[in-house]
Formats: sequence, structure tokens, C-alpha cells
Amino acid sequence: MSDTAVLEINHLTHRFGGLEALTDINVNLRKGEIAGLIGPNGAGKTTVFNLVSGFYVPTEGDILFKGKRINGLKPHVIASMQIGRTFQNIRLWSDMTVLENICISQQYRLSYNVADAFFGTKRFKSEEKKIHEEAWTLLEKFNLADKALDYPRNLPYGVQRRVEIARALSLNPDLLMLDEPAAGLSTSDLADLISYIRWIHDTFGVTIWMIEHQMQVIMTLCDYIQVINFGKEIARGTPEEIQTDQNVIKAYLGNGEID
Amino acid sequence: MSNKSKKFLVPGITAVVMVFIVILAKLDILNNYYQTILMTICINVIMSASLNIVNGYMGEFSCGHGGFMAVGAYVSSLLSLIFFCPGNSITGHALLPPGSAVFLFPVVILLGGLASMVVSLLVAIPSFKTRDDYLAIVTIATNFIITTSLNNIPVVGESRGLMGMKSTLSQMNNVVDLPWSLIWGMIFAALTVYAIHRIMTSTLGQGISAIRYDEISAEIMSVNTNKMKLIAFTFSSGLAGIAGGLFAHMLGFINPASFGIMKSTESLVMVYLGGMGSLSGSVLSAFIFTILLELLRPAQIFKWVIIPLMLILIMQFRPEGIMGTRELPQVFPKLKKLFPVNLNIVRRTESSDTGGAL
Repeated sequence: MSDTAVLEINHLTHRFGGLEALTDINVNLRKGEIAGLIGPNGAGKTTVFNLVSGFYVPTEGDILFKGKRINGLKPHVIASMQIGRTFQNIRLWSDMTVLENICISQQYRLSYNVADAFFGTKRFKSEEKKIHEEAWTLLEKFNLADKALDYPRNLPYGVQRRVEIARALSLNPDLLMLDEPAAGLSTSDLADLISYIRWIHDTFGVTIWMIEHQMQVIMTLCDYIQVINFGKEIARGTPEEIQTDQNVIKAYLGNGEID
Repeated sequence: MSNKSKKFLVPGITAVVMVFIVILAKLDILNNYYQTILMTICINVIMSASLNIVNGYMGEFSCGHGGFMAVGAYVSSLLSLIFFCPGNSITGHALLPPGSAVFLFPVVILLGGLASMVVSLLVAIPSFKTRDDYLAIVTIATNFIITTSLNNIPVVGESRGLMGMKSTLSQMNNVVDLPWSLIWGMIFAALTVYAIHRIMTSTLGQGISAIRYDEISAEIMSVNTNKMKLIAFTFSSGLAGIAGGLFAHMLGFINPASFGIMKSTESLVMVYLGGMGSLSGSVLSAFIFTILLELLRPAQIFKWVIIPLMLILIMQFRPEGIMGTRELPQVFPKLKKLFPVNLNIVRRTESSDTGGAL
């Protein structure tokens, strides 16, 4: 089973008007692995994530998730097929409580309608109860239960990150895409983040795909790394292979000093 | 008081107050003038609270609320004339026994709301393909289309308007002599507030608020934003239609000019005065706004200098409105005791403790 592809991207090319942002990108994420996507600023990493999330429709190529073609689908449909993601700059609903943040992200499971909400039918009550119970369980797991009724804007940056990852996991995802989870964290927090991501991977059995600039995080966590530059893949392999790859060193790591 | 019985506390108090007002009206302690003011407050509560769904909770900008009010007003007036008014200008005789208005009046009002919903659906589907400012432009345009159309349809009296709806109310009074328009005004206003509260605090309805805070992350977190916008917009317009029906029957006369951009602006003013995304703010501002307009009546035309000036001052010193995004119980924590605790937001370890006691 470990060889099953969770996400398969074939010959993905994307143009914004006349600008070719991505050229012939191929990805194959296997179930249960932690994979990295790295590259210098502006290389197109976030564009790849946005294409998978459904913000853009790829100009060419296919995106297959669990064997199903997902390009052209709406983001909320893709999310409900269980792809969770976070953003480079945290995008929580900062004026809604942490609990509400988690609950709203389970909208894909709601089957009650407006009339059920108005009359408070059985279906409404049981679904609300179930969603809230699971949200509490998730928050307990993340050690965030005492923050459940706080507003994210009042929480420290590091905690907001954790809430955002917890929110992505409330989709019960098979694939979790993390866009620079270490952004804004101090170097002393990095070790925590590493063990945190490892813990998520082991506890939820989720395939993780991440974009990161912090080499320490990428090199420690990832089973497999792909490097893109100017929208083209320039290398792929294990962390060791990437560290010694001449193309990567030239394009990205500068002087050849790693870490 | 247990949590379960608290569920009926606030609705109970509201019902008692409403009955009390009806008795006062029946005894003529509240004369016609005060009854009209109360009715206007009820209508304005529906208008501001419903517009708040789109402009407050959802964070879009709809400027054509008066247009949807017009649809409800005209549809319910026509129905009311055709079915309950002997000697009306359309069919010449009442299609139903006029006395049945006592039961069917709320149905007529609701059908007016339904008509507004249908019209708003026609507007919403194309306009949500685009974003932000487009909705403002589309809704202003819709407001003009609606009033201009009404100005040119002979059966609804063109610019002279439609009249005779008072006769429906007098038919109702022939059966049971009560201040019917006030009663239904209060019931519909209370139901509106209740419905908005129920829906906007549900996880489904909170998807609408999620759009305001961050539409992209809403979409990414599985919220079907187009569907949410459609729900919010049609729900809001439907309520405006109900307000229109009540308005038409209160005055007994409507013409297209009553539902122009001025009407829409009044609703906008109430929403921004009360606070965007605050239901109690909308209700409060409907009271304040209506009473203020009445108090300033002696000032005549200067009223429209004083009120905009106040608006400017509010925007200067309190741009978030009276309530901001908060609700009354958040401002006065003691009020929380009046409402039942939502056990879903109580931490499970605690809720299981209290669960047995309830």
C-alpha cells in the first residue's frame, strides 16, 4: 500500500497571460511520505499549491488525487475530497473563535439546510453536536482546548500556526500541504516545529507535502525533495542527493554551504 | 433556572411585551400615531437586520434593498387586492371570502417575500460570478430596473401607485377587531430576528461570516462560498420583501417612488449605525433611526441635514457603529443569564459533568 500515489501531477504547465509560471512539472507523492518542494523566491512553489487547491485551472497537464482528476474543480470541492492546506501568511478567520474556525472547516460534512437550522430539527442538533465534539477532540489532541474560545488575533504567532494546521486537519485530509510552516518562527522554535510536524504525520497518518525555506526543517523531515527554479524542475531526490546536487547548489543554496 | 427552560425565557418575554402592546393599542392608550411609529420600527427592524446579512455578516455591499422591498410590497398588495377586496380595480370582486384574510394575511405577506427571493435569485446568480464592487453596482441597477418597471406597468397603477390595501385590514377587523397590522408587524419582526439569530449562529450560517473574514480560506476549508452567498442574498431579499408587504398594508398606498434609492440608503444607514454583523445592533439602530426621524419631524427639511451630519460624526468617532460586531450579551454580560448555554461550546469534560443534571 505504501506505494500508492496520493497525488500525481503529470506534465503540469501553467501560464498567467503570457508568463509561463510553471513548465512541465511532474510530481508523485506516495501515501504516508513527507515530501518537500523547495526553490528560490518566485520559483512557482506556491503556484503549484494553488493549482492543486483549485485556485487556478492548469493550462496544461493533469492533477490526480487518489487517482481522480481534480483540475478544474472548485477549491471547496477539492477540500472536501480531503486535501488540507495552510498558507504562507496565516489565514485564520481571526475574529471567530478557534472552535468556530475548526467547526466551519467541517462544512463539507453538513447535510442539514437553512430550514433545519431555523427549526432546530433533530438532524441539525445531531450534526452540530457531532461536529463540535470532533472539534473538541481535535483541539484536545493539539493541546489547544483551553484556547478554544479565544480569538486567533489575540494568540501568539506560534499558536496561530498550530491552530491553522489543526484547522487544516479538521478536514480529515489524506494530503496536508504546508506552505512555509516555519515562516515567522524564530530559529529556537524550529526544533519544536520539526517534532510537531513529525507528530502530526505519525498521529494522523497523513501524507505531508511542504514548501519551506528553512533547510534544517526540510532536510530533517523530508523523505523526498523536489527543487524548482523559474517554474522548472531542476532536481529531485533524497535530502542527501539534493544537498550535493550541483544544479541546486548553483540555483538555490548559493555558496555550496548547506545548513 | 435550568438550561432547557431558559430556551423559552427570551421568546416568552417578547411575547408578553407584544401582547401588552396589543392590549394598550386596543384600549386606545396607544393611539394611531404611536401605533404607526411602532409599525415603522418593526418594518425597519426587518429591513436593517436583513440587509445586515449581506452587508454585515457576509461583507459584500448590496445597495438595492429598497428594490426587493418593492417586489414584496407590490406582489403582496396585488394578492391582497385580488383575493380580499371587493370592488378592486383588477378583478372587480374578491376571489376569496374577504373574511378569510384573517388567516391568509400572513400567507400573502410571505408570498411577497417569496417573490423577492425569486427576483434576487435572478440577480445573484450572474453577479456572484464577479466580486466585491460589482454586487454594489448590480444591486443599484436592479433597484432602478424594479422601480422603473413598476412605473410602467398599468396594472399596478404606474407612477400613481397602488391603493386599497387598507380594505384588507378592515375586512380582518370585521371578523375580529384587533390592530392587525401592528400584530403581524411585531410577529414578523420577532420572527426575522429569531431566524437570523438561528441561522447565523449555526455552523452552516457561520460559513457566511467566514466569507467576510477571508473568502479564500473559506473556500479552501470546504465552504461552498457561492452557495453561501446565494443563501445570504436570497434570505436577505426575501425578508426585505416581507417588510415591503407589511409597509404596503400599513400605509394602504404604495408607489414606485417609495422604494427608490432613498429607501435603500435608509437601510444602509441603519446597518452602519448599528454595526456590521451585529444583529442586536441592527435592531437597536432601527429603533433609534425611526424615533429620531419622528423627533426631527418639526425640523422639516433640515432633518436631512442633521441626520447625514450625525452619520458623518459616527463614521468619524465610531466607524464600527454602535455595536461593532458584538451582540448585546457581549456588551452587558449579565444578559447572558437570560439565554441558554450552548452546550456544544462547553468543553466536553465539563459538559459531561453538567449533562446529567439537565
